[in-house]
Amino acid sequence: MALTVSYFAWVRERMGVADEVIDPPAEVTTIAELVGWLAGRDERGALAFAEPGRIRAAVDGAMVGPDAAIGPDVALFPPVTGG
Amino acid sequence: MIRVAIQTDAIDVPAELDIHDAGGHGASASFIGRVRGDNDLTELFLEHHPVLTEAGLAELAHAATDRWALSALTLIHRVGAMAPGESIVLVLASSAHRAEALAATEYLIDRLKTDVMFWKRETFADGRIAWVEPRDGDHSRAERWD
Repeated sequence: MALTVSYFAWVRERMGVADEVIDPPAEVTTIAELVGWLAGRDERGALAFAEPGRIRAAVDGAMVGPDAAIGPDVALFPPVTGG
Repeated sequence: MIRVAIQTDAIDVPAELDIHDAGGHGASASFIGRVRGDNDLTELFLEHHPVLTEAGLAELAHAATDRWALSALTLIHRVGAMAPGESIVLVLASSAHRAEALAATEYLIDRLKTDVMFWKRETFADGRIAWVEPRDGDHSRAERWD
């Protein structure tokens, strides 16, 4: 399934792009699997996703956990630090 | 009245307070977060999500008005580059009585730090750049409201 994935903060910097269209293999169905696949895909992914526990995600506009299903619009980012 | 905004411009605190002054509320509480110049910090940059950040702020504002009897609420967060001393965030909560206004203000700033999509990046005088890491204390403060 082709999907758009956007990156924020240091995840964006390490990936080198703010967003991209990707087409992971069919067995990648959850956020955790997507993060694992991106980490193994290339050097920038290995750098950005070396610590999966530090990655947060949103799918189609809603914050989700690592076991959530991926959707057409995924955002991957570090824990938030506003305020 | 609920006013939620994300902006690159400086926060006009007197103008925002005027709105609450004009409402005839018995009590107004406020919180202003400013950029600290610790360790020769020269710039604080705030990144956000173009859609989810504003939705997150609005959700937080409504959670506060569900929980306390607020007659007016303002929640403004800046994004982009800021210098030491500039205001990052403004919370204004008005109610008939002080307890509700004070509690809502504290709740909003505690939850804003853990629940809404903002990321801080610091630049220092020696050229060093670092993304701010979340603090355990922020989460324990936010969880007090569960």
